[in-house]
Amino acid sequence: MGRKLLLEHINVPGINTFDVYRQQGGYRAVEKALKTLSPEAIVEEVKKSGLRGRGGAGFPTGMKWSFLAKPEGKARYLVCNADESEPGTFKDRYLMTYIPHLLIEGMIVSSFALGAAVSYIYVRGEMMPQIRILERAIAEAKNAGFLGKNILGSGYDLELYVQPGGGAYICGEETALIESLEGKRGNPRIKPPFPAISGLYGCPTVVNNVESIAAVVPIINDGGEEYAKVGIGRSTGTKLISAGGNLAKPGVYEIELGLPVEEFIYSEEYCGGIANGKRLKAVVAGGSSVPVLPANLILKTVNGEKRLMSYESLADGGFVSGSMMGSGGFIAFDEDQCMVRNTWNFSRFYHHESCGQCSPCREGTGWMEKVLHRIEYGHGKYSDIDLLVDVSRKIEGNTICPLGDAAAWPVASAIRHFRDEFEWHITHPAEAVKRNFGLAHYADPLPPVAEPA
Amino acid sequence: MSDKVKVTIDGITVEVEPGISILNAARQIGGDVVPPAMCYYSKLEGSGGKCRTCLVKVSKGSEKDPRPMPKLVASCRTNVMDGMEVQNITSPEVVEARKGVVEILLINHPLDCPICDQAGECHLQDLAFEHGSEATRYEFERRTFDRIDIGDKIQLHMTRCILCYRCVYTADQITNNRVHGVLGRGDASEISTYIEKAIDNDFSGNVIDVCPVGALTDRTFRFKNRVWFTKPVDAHRDCPTCSGKVTLWYKGADVLRVTARKDQFGEAEEFICNTCRFDTKQTGDWVIEGPRNISNNSVISANHYETLRPLPVVQNNALLQEANKEQFERATKF
Amino acid sequence: MLNINQSAEIIFTPELLTKFGEIVNRYPEGKQKSALLPILHLVQAEYGWTSVPAMDKVAVYLGLQPIEVYEVATFYTMYFLKPTGRYMLEVCRTGPCCLVGAEKIMQYLEQKLGVKEGEITPDGMFSWRGVECLAACGFGPVLQIGPEYTFHENLTESKIDELIDTLKLTTAKTPVDSIS
Repeated sequence: MGRKLLLEHINVPGINTFDVYRQQGGYRAVEKALKTLSPEAIVEEVKKSGLRGRGGAGFPTGMKWSFLAKPEGKARYLVCNADESEPGTFKDRYLMTYIPHLLIEGMIVSSFALGAAVSYIYVRGEMMPQIRILERAIAEAKNAGFLGKNILGSGYDLELYVQPGGGAYICGEETALIESLEGKRGNPRIKPPFPAISGLYGCPTVVNNVESIAAVVPIINDGGEEYAKVGIGRSTGTKLISAGGNLAKPGVYEIELGLPVEEFIYSEEYCGGIANGKRLKAVVAGGSSVPVLPANLILKTVNGEKRLMSYESLADGGFVSGSMMGSGGFIAFDEDQCMVRNTWNFSRFYHHESCGQCSPCREGTGWMEKVLHRIEYGHGKYSDIDLLVDVSRKIEGNTICPLGDAAAWPVASAIRHFRDEFEWHITHPAEAVKRNFGLAHYADPLPPVAEPA
Repeated sequence: MSDKVKVTIDGITVEVEPGISILNAARQIGGDVVPPAMCYYSKLEGSGGKCRTCLVKVSKGSEKDPRPMPKLVASCRTNVMDGMEVQNITSPEVVEARKGVVEILLINHPLDCPICDQAGECHLQDLAFEHGSEATRYEFERRTFDRIDIGDKIQLHMTRCILCYRCVYTADQITNNRVHGVLGRGDASEISTYIEKAIDNDFSGNVIDVCPVGALTDRTFRFKNRVWFTKPVDAHRDCPTCSGKVTLWYKGADVLRVTARKDQFGEAEEFICNTCRFDTKQTGDWVIEGPRNISNNSVISANHYETLRPLPVVQNNALLQEANKEQFERATKF
Repeated sequence: MLNINQSAEIIFTPELLTKFGEIVNRYPEGKQKSALLPILHLVQAEYGWTSVPAMDKVAVYLGLQPIEVYEVATFYTMYFLKPTGRYMLEVCRTGPCCLVGAEKIMQYLEQKLGVKEGEITPDGMFSWRGVECLAACGFGPVLQIGPEYTFHENLTESKIDELIDTLKLTTAKTPVDSIS
């Protein structure tokens, strides 16, 4: 059994209530932080822990915190990004539903560390039940004296509010989230200035993912160094993985970073293999934006090493033969899934969710979707495949925010690894609408790398 | 003096005020080094960064931190640092990316230049001419919208819009209330008032001047003439609302339209009021200053007496000079 | 431009205004625009959709230009700009849910309700539409029903039958809570 730092008490009945959470040792981190630690010391602990942002980018959280500007007479804000909408990711919903106080506790400690007197949790509007749960949890914590004026007699005041979104994936981007929180359209801002200098209402702001903030709790309880002992290399600690798609036991799992992918998919402790006894065809390892990998490349790297669930190992091989940890949205495809159809589906998602502010993403995502739709429905041409690759390159890196990259990568990687399936759609249009291409040899082990003579 | 920072763009070094954008530094150099800008407008705060045509490569960040920037950056919204080195047309990567942006900007554009009043002074037309490819690879139906009259003076032809947001910033910053904005999302976004409303404001006509394409046009000039058949003349009048400094566009003795004076980058020098723009179209209303100088690169100048210069091939050939005699005489007479 | 009757008179009830006030208090002085998204949710829950008169009233309440409200309401997908059935069934149509049969569920829903995506059943009870990822990929196919966005997971055809039968019997504004 791997260590559980966030979901240790998830099966305790009533853990979503303040009393049970407290009995299980909850809010110890708040007591420790407010009574014995200085804000700088907390930032230092988080730095030591090596915690990396759990929202997708994997930027070290402690470093992000230390960038926060501290001008005199200006408020500072902490905003929690709970706008979870990356296809394949549902860990934050799970965490907020079943153990909301972990997030509240993390918010209190983090706000104290950053010197924020008001903090917001921006939850996507569709998660109205989770908004109600959080509001209830905040009221409970406030009742118990963990929020409001002079928390635990430390002289520190904090108000915590839940803000609903309105239905837009782009608001998961931190500057778009800030815009949305200011009551505007969720158009990402042009950086610089970064939120750490000028964010919410023009004040220095830190935006962190739900899981990152929750992870601050074990870091403070056990110390940063202790946290850094879990995991592997620069991928420290545990990570919530949202396992979905054709798995026998989909759900949210807390893993120690460094767990072999094969073990995660096939062991009974985690996903229990592929549903209905089928074979694995492909995996999207970190939410829909990261490159998709065929089964043989997700289980082992091109060098024949076991691929591990860690930031480094998943990225091994770059975009040629690797992928990314992303937000931990693990989507498994069985042998009967059509990669073209799925790529079209993802492409439609990005087309629908593009904010429309900058031209390559606004026009390019729609173009890619239309071409993919044509291929999937048997009207494609050979030149369409190269066209898609070219359009994706025109978008990638040329947009204001990473949504352009996120839209380009799945298309480019699907063509890179499953080009024969795209070609089959073009050469067999009638068959392609009736049946799937199948497994081909995507699941066969890779031939060993030949030694250069 | 020592406050100035040194920046090198395409190998040309220039000393500029710290804190200005790469684009504005390039504009101080001028010529081919200046990246095209479809959405940036120096007089509108917050504009820029959206169209991505002004992308450049920063090959050296600054003297202090010489690392290159990892991605191409929008030159209109990236500030210069001391010792920065920028590549614009000398970087194949930039040229390629810009070509891509132009292609993408055009996939949903109707390309109806033959019936568009903006043709001849359209930035998208220039951009496509300079950086576009001869054919599009887009084979789907283009996005269309209905034409809308916003009030009796301005027409909105959303199909042509490239969503530069300039008109929105103009309404926000130049006028005292904004009734139009960007509605919807993604490639379904549109400039609209949502419910039928007239844009009625002393300075609303400026949205026509800031529009880089033919999406917002002057209804009082609609289909009156092609811009390159009209002759621009600078004039002013004593206006209680604005500076009164305008360009009149003549066809024969008639003033067909009035616009703000546009500088070499196509930006209005000073915004003008609607009375000047729409309601004072008699020569007698104005004090004429003289012909407006139009860049040689513009199609407008092709028909413009002031810039009629014999081509090199004509200069050395007596026969051709004789053939063009009438043209030269007409030009000198003026 | 909209061609829907947008003339209905809107007067916010005192209860609603109290809730608005609580929301506005969450933000610093002068930043009341932040309350726009939550207030629009409340307005939609009250009136069933987000009409122009309602948005104009919100604009007056928050001291904004009406266009600022329209811009926001049209950007986000959760605000219905035209009337819907009393229950709007929103099915996730993104990749992971499609891997486990979301497309079939949508076909079944269309057949069961007898209306196309976005249309209203003749009795005014139901509308349905496909929406993008609802962040419940491990429990797909899923659908949600506003205004409290109750969740229905691991959908099957019989679960849909059951759900629609229950909803037909419910007269309350808020549909049954599936989470509890």
